[in-house]
Order: sequence, then structure tokens, then C-alpha cells
Amino acid sequence: MISLTDVTMTYGDLTVLGPVTLDIPAGGVTALVGPNGAGKSTLLTIVGRLATATTGRVTVAGHDVTSTPGRELARIVSILRQENHFVTRLMVRDLVGFGRFPHSQGRLTALDHEKVDEALAFLDLTPLAGRYLDQLSGGQRQRAYVAMVLAQDTDYILLDEPLNNLDMKHAVAMMGQLRRAADELGKTIVIVVHDINFAAAYADRIIALSEGRVVHIGTPADLMTPAVLEQVFGTPVEVRRDGAYPLAVYYR
Amino acid sequence: MTSSPVRLRARIALPLALAGVAALVVLSLFVGAYDLAADDFGGEMFFISRVPRTVALVLAGCAMAVSGLIMQLLTQNRFVEPSTTGTTEWAALGLLVTVLLVPAAPLWVRMVAASIAAFVGTMVFIGILQRISLRSSLVVPLIGIMLGAVVSAFTTYLAVSTNSLQMLGTWFMGSFTSIVRGRYEVLWIVALVVLLVFLYADRITVAGLGRDISTSVGLDHTRVLLIGTGLVAVATGVTTVVVGFLPFLGLVVPNLVSMWRGDNARTNLPWVCLGGVAIVVVCDIVGRIIRMPFEVPVSMILGVVGAAVFITLLLRMRARA
Amino acid sequence: MPDTLATIAPARPRRPRIAWRFGILALVVVIAAVGVLTWDVPGAPGSRGFGIAVNLRVVSVATIALVACCQAVATVLFHTATANRILTPSIMGFDALYVVMQTALVFFFGSAALSATDGLLKVVVQSVLMVGFATLLYGWLFAGRRGNLHIMLLVGVVLGVGFGSLSTVMQRLLTPSDFDILSARLFGNLSNSDPDYLPWGALVVAGVLLLVWRARHRLDVLALGRETSLNLGLAYRREVIGVLVLVAVLISVSTTMVGPMTFFGFIVATLAYQLSGSSQHRVVLPFAVLLGMATLLVGYFVLRHVFYAAGMLSIIIEFAGGLFFLVYLLRKGSL
Repeated sequence: MISLTDVTMTYGDLTVLGPVTLDIPAGGVTALVGPNGAGKSTLLTIVGRLATATTGRVTVAGHDVTSTPGRELARIVSILRQENHFVTRLMVRDLVGFGRFPHSQGRLTALDHEKVDEALAFLDLTPLAGRYLDQLSGGQRQRAYVAMVLAQDTDYILLDEPLNNLDMKHAVAMMGQLRRAADELGKTIVIVVHDINFAAAYADRIIALSEGRVVHIGTPADLMTPAVLEQVFGTPVEVRRDGAYPLAVYYR
Repeated sequence: MTSSPVRLRARIALPLALAGVAALVVLSLFVGAYDLAADDFGGEMFFISRVPRTVALVLAGCAMAVSGLIMQLLTQNRFVEPSTTGTTEWAALGLLVTVLLVPAAPLWVRMVAASIAAFVGTMVFIGILQRISLRSSLVVPLIGIMLGAVVSAFTTYLAVSTNSLQMLGTWFMGSFTSIVRGRYEVLWIVALVVLLVFLYADRITVAGLGRDISTSVGLDHTRVLLIGTGLVAVATGVTTVVVGFLPFLGLVVPNLVSMWRGDNARTNLPWVCLGGVAIVVVCDIVGRIIRMPFEVPVSMILGVVGAAVFITLLLRMRARA
Repeated sequence: MPDTLATIAPARPRRPRIAWRFGILALVVVIAAVGVLTWDVPGAPGSRGFGIAVNLRVVSVATIALVACCQAVATVLFHTATANRILTPSIMGFDALYVVMQTALVFFFGSAALSATDGLLKVVVQSVLMVGFATLLYGWLFAGRRGNLHIMLLVGVVLGVGFGSLSTVMQRLLTPSDFDILSARLFGNLSNSDPDYLPWGALVVAGVLLLVWRARHRLDVLALGRETSLNLGLAYRREVIGVLVLVAVLISVSTTMVGPMTFFGFIVATLAYQLSGSSQHRVVLPFAVLLGMATLLVGYFVLRHVFYAAGMLSIIIEFAGGLFFLVYLLRKGSL
């Protein structure tokens, strides 16, 4: 379980996030949604200890993210953000191999190679394993980064807008793969998504943020009502319930 | 709709500052090792040394501060100015090459050579900026400084092999000590440059927003870029030849002004000029007083003061981020 | 399973190629070293003059090897710590600090003071000052909650300019002869460094290299940047500061022995990345060291025996390095 207690993030006199107190139970896919500037990425980076909260405490599976040694935490929670520009020139297989670092500190064992192969296969990257990252398309690169995080084999996986560079087919595939990771491998996946419909279709629960505060937590069924969505996003939203999952329509 | 007291403040601020700087200038005219009232020659001295020196201070201070502003507009980066982009190093190279090739070259020839070299150097810098994608605006001055170091290495190599290293150091060190009547008049070109900058400020601002925006607004991006760079090159070239290297001036003054007044180039311009003049005059006066009758060159004081202010700016940026 | 084999297989042919390149480089180093040691030695073998001449050359070769090692490793480490391959450690103000220390010595005590104070103590004091300066800078600007790498670099640069102003003014006030003596120091002379310092310098560098080698896998991760490093469990800030302190130690050893060298490390590091075709530190570091040694030894040999201008080596390298840097930057594309 991920626990946040009284977490705030302020820059000078500007409060970007908080105070936030919530629990994200283990297992399943949790989506963080909200308008621009709501604090979703900030929240995720604080949980993933990439940023330090101004006040408050965050624990993941009982470990405090600011006081637990990095090496230990890296075997429990992994986080992937969007802009990854590497100075070094890496092959896909090398990159994914780095995901095993918390376990083997750089000396890859047979088990590590197995995990790397599994991660590559899981994201259909096996044919691309020998290519350099700069030879791939944006979407393929994105999948390679996610593969690295999968190879890290942590119980908790945090992804900041993983669907950003992906076309329709690959976005659907990625969400499907994340769903499988949660169902088959028992991972707890927390993702920040912009598209409310992807969240509604795949997530077990949705946390909606607006202006740095949590305004609603619930299942897609709870959240996907015109009243709640309009409160969160500030624009009129219609909800269609004639399919397998609720669909938000807000385009005109 | 600003209320009356604010409008009054805004309207008297500039004239007040002008008066303050004028007072500094007058002070500069009367500070010095030579006692003007001591003998009949005092009046002559005043016009041979003090007035030219003070005029040079005003022109050079204005020139370098405004150059910094132009470069910051063109590159949309706060930390860019002739000494952090290699421009001054190129000017020094041009100067050295000219003096080596044509030892008896008059002042105006040296000035032209330095300006051309400065122009080439700035274009190289801007060219590099345009060709690489940058992740942080702080990398820009780092690149410029590396470029400057490259050119400086070459210039040093040249100076060492022609035994002109100490001479190079002398020119390069900014000092107003040797400014006398007859040796500085070319600096007036800078006044022309500043005037042109006033007229061109808005266009330079738009050009700085990028090629795409400029074109869609109907501005010839390349032409404005070349003209802006040309103005900076002339200002730097001339100042380097007559006065020497004045570090950090073009960085510190525009940043201080925009911290106070925001980023409107055209309305900031008079303040940038005044600020440049004020700082240079103060540093020069300090240099004249601190170890009387010897003079500490203004570039040393500027180097130390400018470094301190630059570092403070960086720390404030860190605090805000 | 077949898929796994298929992806491993292409990797294998790479290793023989790197081994070849290492071999060739090592050969070049050995040949150049032998050449510098034995070519055109004055006097008959066995005579006293011969012995002295060879001794001097041994000192030169040892100095070159040490300097090449320091600069190559320091630059590669600096690139890793800053996740940026166009910077060099010298822009952080080390060179400027060294110059201001030497200039102040001559300014206040005369040029005789330069040689009078030569020796292990002076070198140690200078090194301690430079490393102390670096550590203060890192600690103040980079450690702590609001640490920012680029700001720290810029502050280092600005301080360097500030020191430069001080130096220039002092230099201007020197007599021409004092100035000449000073400049000889400032441009580093590979053939005139202090032999007393060699064993100590070598010991320090060996210690640093040991630490670096043991950290080679962590360095690979560090090169991926802050967020990836944190994600994979590195204590990022501590590691970066540690690396930068090691860089400071290496650069100060090199600078106090032969003076400042801004671009040499850059050439060597950049060529090492290209020619080794790898980004792993366990390959790049040894490659860079050998490359550095080869470049300096060959350059020294050529300048000394073909152009009779051995004293110009560092200046020419700086100049060539600078050109190389410009060209590299123009061709590169992204930062």
C-alpha cells in the first residue's frame, strides 16, 4: 500500500500540491487524472522519491521513501518519467538490463538475463533488442523504457503519462500490458494519464486531482458521472454507458 | 488603470535616475590623482584627460550593457552577453591578428578588424545554438564560455609564438587610464549603435522568439539577426580596442533591470543604458580612489563585482526553482 | 529460447573488435614510449651523460603517462557526473585557481619564489586548495535540497572569470622577465616537471583509479542522469559529489605537475567514446587512458625530434583540442 500523509509541495509561496492524505491499496491499476497543473506528476514524483515534498510523509509498502536507502527502495518501487535523454548510446537490451541494477549491481546473472528477456517479450521488443535507442521511433523507445522498469521487477510501478508518444494501437497495447502486469504478476501500477477514457477502461480506481487537491477517489463507475467530471475538469462532459465501460464525451 | 501616486512615481523615476547618473558623471570628472586646481595646466588637463575619460566611461558602459541586452533578446536566454559567448575573445583575436600583420595600423583599422572578428564569433555562437537542441537554458552560457575558451586558446598560442603575450594581456584588461583626447573619439560610434538599438528594439525582441514566429508576423528573421549581431559586434569591437575587456557588464545590468521592471525591451532600454553607465562610473571611481595615486583597472573591479552579482542572480534562480 | 540466442549472438563479434583496438593502442603506446626513451640519446651508451639523459626521459615519459591518465579519466568521469559530454572539468574554475595561485606567488614574492617553493609541499598545498575549493563549491551549491548541477557549473565558471580578472591585473604589473618565467609555468612543460612529485602523484592517482574501477557499474548508471539513477537506487547526489571530488583530485595532480590543460581531456574522452564503440566505463576508461598516453607520447616525440619544439606541446594540443571541440559541436546536433 502507498500511504501519503499531509503531503504538500510548495515553491516559495506557491502551493503546487496539497495537503494530500490518501492511501492507494496494493494491487491493480490506479489512474491519476486531472487538468493541467493539477499536481498529478508532482504527486507521482514525490511517491517515487524523485522530488522531496515540502511537508508530509510518504510510505510504500511500509517503507518511508525519504529515509529508506535508495538501493532497498529500488527493489520495491520503480518510476518512469517522460523525458529521458541519455548522453550514452545504448542498445535496447542494455537499457532493459539496467533495470536489474538494484538486484545485481551491474553484474548480470542468468536470472537477470531471463528477466530481461521476459520484459522484452512482454512488450514485443525482442526483435528490436539489438538496436540502438536512437534508431527507434518515439513509441518504440517508450516501450523500451517501460521494459526497463518491468525488468526491475518491483511490486509497485509508477508511470508518468506512459501513453504520450504512442499511437492508438500501441497505447491500447500498452494499457493491455499494464493490465496484464497487474493481473498476472500482481503488480501495483499507478499511472498518470491525460485521457480519462483510458483510465475508465483499464483502471481499478481513479484519483482525480484539481489545483493540487484530491477532489475525488473512486472506481470508474463512481467517477464517470457528468457532475464529478465537470467538477474535476471544468468543462461540460457527457457520459455514455452503452458499452463495456463508461465513455466520456466532451469534444463539442 | 494605475493610481495617481504610482503614475507619478513612474514618471519621475527615469528623470530622477538620469539626474543621479549625471551626478555620478560629474563626480567622475572631478576625481583623480591630478589636482585640477593646483596649477594653470588644470583646465587643459580637464579637457585632455578627465572629460574624454568620463565620456568614454559613459559610452563604454552604455555599449556593453546594451550589447548584453541585445544578445539576451536574440537568444532568449538570461545569461548571455559578449563575455559569455566568446564574442570578446574573438574581438581580441581580431585585434591580435591585425597588430601582428600590420603593426602600424591606426586605431580605426584595429577597431574594424576587432568588430569583424566579433561579428564572426557571435554568428558562430548563434549558429551553434540554432543547430543543437538544448535541455536547459543554463547550458547556453556554458557553451559560450567553452567557445570563448577555444578561441582564447588559439589566441594564446598565436601570442606565445609571436612573443606578444604580455601585450595581449594589457589590451585585454579593461582600463580607462589611457583614455585621452585624440585616442578615444572612435568610441562615439557606440552612440550611433545605441541609437539604432533604440529604433530596432521591438524587431529584435520578435526575432528572438524564433524563426517561425518572426516569419508568421512578417519579420525577416535573418536580416534582423544579422543586424542585431552586427550592432553587438561593433559595440564590442570598438570597446575592446579602445577600453579593453569589461566583464559581466552586459549580463548584470539587463538582468537587474528586468528583475525590477519585467522584460519589455524598449522601455527597459534607457534603464539599461543608465545602469551600465552607473556601474562603470562607480567601478572606475573606486578604482581611482582605492590605491591613490595608482589606479586599479576597472576590469578587475568589474570582474569581482560582476562575478558577485552574477552568482547572486544564480542563487536567486536556484531558490525560486 | 531461440529468440534469446538470436539477440545474444550479434553481441559476440563486438568483443574481438574491441580487443583488437585495445591491442593496437597498447602497441602504439609502447612503441612511442620506447621511442621517446631511446631515440637520439646524446652520448655513448654506458657513459654518464647517457645515464642522465635517459633518466630525464624516463621522468618525462612517467609524467606524460600520469598526466594522460589524470586528464582522460577526469574528463570521462566529469561527463558521467554531469550527464553532458561537451563540458570539461577545467571550466569549473580549477585552471583559473591554479593560475591565480601562481601569479600571486610571483606578484608578492618575485619570480624566484616560484622555484624556491617548488617541491612536494607546494604541490600538496596547491592540490589541497584546489580540491578544497571544489568540494566547497559542490557542497554549497549541489548538495542539499535545492541543488542544481548547472547552477553549480556556472558559478564555478564565473568564479573562474573572477580569478582570471585578478590574475590579469597582477600579471600586467609584473616585469617582463617575471612575466616570462610565470608564463612558462602557466603553459605547462611536460619535460620539466618535478620528479620528486612523481611517486606521490602516482600513488594518489592509483588510489583514485582503484576507487573508480570498483564503482564502474555505478558510473554506468550515473551516466543515465538523475531520475534514472534515483529510480535504480543510487544515492545520486552523494555519488555525483564523490565523482566530482575525484575529478578535482585528478585535475589538481595534473595541473600542479604540468600546468592547465583545458581541451586535451575532451579530445581523448570524445575519441574514446567513438573508437571504443561502447558506453560502459570498464571499456571506455582504459581506452581513454591508452589513447591519452598514445597521443601525448607520439605528439611529444614528433615535436621534439621532428620540429625541435617540445615546449609547445601543451599549447598545440590546446589549440588542436579547441578546434576539435568546435567541429564536434557543430556536427553534433543535440545536447
